[in-house]
Order: sequence, then C-alpha cells, then structure tokens
Amino acid sequence: MSDLFRYVLRLGDLSLVLGQRLSEWVGHSPALEEDLGLANISLDLIGQARLLLSYAGEIEGKGRDEDKLAYLREQGAYFNAILAEQPNGDFGQTIVRQVLIDAFQLELYERMTASRDARLAAIAAKSVKEVRYHLRYSSGWLVRLGDGTPESHVRAQAALGLLWPYTVELFAPDDVDQRMADAGIAPHLSDVYVAWSARMDALLSEATLKRPADRPHAWHGKRGQHSEHLGYILAEMQYLQRTYPDARW
Amino acid sequence: MEDRRQWPLYEVFVRARGGLDHKHVGSLHAADARMAIEHARDLYTRRQEGVSIWAVPSNAIIASDPSESDSMFEPARDKVYRHPTFYEIPDEVKTL
Repeated sequence: MSDLFRYVLRLGDLSLVLGQRLSEWVGHSPALEEDLGLANISLDLIGQARLLLSYAGEIEGKGRDEDKLAYLREQGAYFNAILAEQPNGDFGQTIVRQVLIDAFQLELYERMTASRDARLAAIAAKSVKEVRYHLRYSSGWLVRLGDGTPESHVRAQAALGLLWPYTVELFAPDDVDQRMADAGIAPHLSDVYVAWSARMDALLSEATLKRPADRPHAWHGKRGQHSEHLGYILAEMQYLQRTYPDARW
Repeated sequence: MEDRRQWPLYEVFVRARGGLDHKHVGSLHAADARMAIEHARDLYTRRQEGVSIWAVPSNAIIASDPSESDSMFEPARDKVYRHPTFYEIPDEVKTL
C-alpha cells in the first residue's frame, strides 16, 4: 500500500466517518434549524470524502471507486483517527467533537493548499472554505454552551474531558505522515498542532472552559485499529451495498 | 419575564446577487444574532439563493394594523392622477 494512498484514505475516512456520525442527528436535533445546520455540515464532509476517496482509488489503480472504498472496506481497512467515530452523546458532546476536528481540518487544509500534489492542493482549497464555516458554527455553539447555563457548562466541560485524549492521535506523526511532509505533499503535523493548540486556547478561554491536561496515549485508528464504535457505523452505512451488491438508485 | 423555552423569532432577507435589493424570504428561531445569521445561511441559502443576508428581530418590525387597512389604503384607490401615466412620451425616447 503506497504512502500516498494510505494518507489520502486517512483524510477521506476522517470526513466520511464524521459526516456519517453527524447524519444521525437528522430528525433528532434540538431545533429544526440545527437539524438543517448539522445536515449541511454532514453533506459537506461526505462531499470531501467523495473527492478524497475517488482520488485514493485512482492512486491505487485497482479499479476501486469512491463507492467501493466507502461501502466495501472492513473496519481494519479504515484509517480515520478514532475521535471521528466517537458517539454523538448529547448535543454538547457532538459540538465538542466537531470543534476539535473542525479546527484540525482547518489548520491542515489551509497548509495543504500549498501541497506539491496538485490534486490534494485543489481538494484542500475547496474544502477549507467549507471547514471554515463548520468551525464558525461549532465554535459559536461551544461558547454558547460553555459560557451558558451552569448545566450546559458542566456538560460541555465533561464532553471536553471525555474527547480531549483522542486529539493526541490527530497530531502524532507516524512514518507515513513524516514521509508525506518531507515530500512537501502534506503539512508537518507539528506545525498544524501549534496553530490548532493556540486556536483552542483562545476558544476555550472565550467559552470559559478548562483545557484538559494532555495525556500520552497511543491510538491507532490511522493504522486501522479502531474503537468498538466504528463497526456499528459501518454496519449501518454499508448494509445496503452488502445486502444488495451493486444496487443502484 | 422573557419566555426562554422558545428562541426569539427573526425575519430573514436575502440579496440574490449584487445590485438587487434584499427580499424577505422567511423567518427562523435563533438564540442570538450570530446564530440567526448562521441559521439563515443554512436554511435559506443552501441552494445558492443569495450573496448577502439580513436578519432582523421580528419584534423590531413595526407593522401596519390590518383592521385599519380601510383608512390606510383605500383613500389611494381613486387617485389615479398619482400614477405617471398622463404624460405623452415622445417616440424618440426608448428607455423610459
């Protein structure tokens, strides 16, 4: 498996899994307006996943298109960071997960627009506009909840404590990240982390939330080792293609 | 005391493209001004309907009273001379 193929799958899977997670809110959001807001973000993310998975399929050169990669890969062949697959929980937990990933994608894509890989640069240029809005939406809610009622503050802080440890994986470079960065294809994750971290400090302070301590932890979603949650997501997402192979509508 | 079970109502106006005026497109609920713009964007411009949004708290709009429409609007009905239709336009004028 080539570095570039694996790297592009990681980006695509992060967007796909998070988009699928967000779609679970459709029909269940606290307000009709939020239903549409979350669905729009979900569709943006699935759109990014389509671009990335299509590209990954071309890199691989074995005839797999976006649909085959999305619907017919098993859990161990998914390479998203496991933060994306964590459950929605309450609305605050969904928002915290969203802020953490939105800010990561924003800093990543902003730098990736200068990638030596023209296709990735183009995908990043398109996606960064979407992601900038996602963060505007999610960070607005984070401040509203963190600096809101005592109840919303406690819940937002608890969600932050729950999800923060998973952010370690986003910024822990492995050999693939390193080689992609050295080749000028991807940004250095250390640069992305510095910008992300500064953004988090400003945002958490505005939301009157405490930044949890960093705990070293090894998560391996990027290598295909996932939490229990991904299997359930894939079971639902892939059910139709697996039950009725090659079904079209 | 303000009812906090329901977010305040906003009226939304969208400018379809540069040069046109903002048109009323509907209303929505939002907890604050920032949320009103975000909801308006998500509800009313997701199919490329516009390039600019105004959101106005509905209770900031002063409306005429329908029960007064007789005295408000009927007197204008027989004042046809207020329409600029009594001028003869010279043939050379093409763009009036």
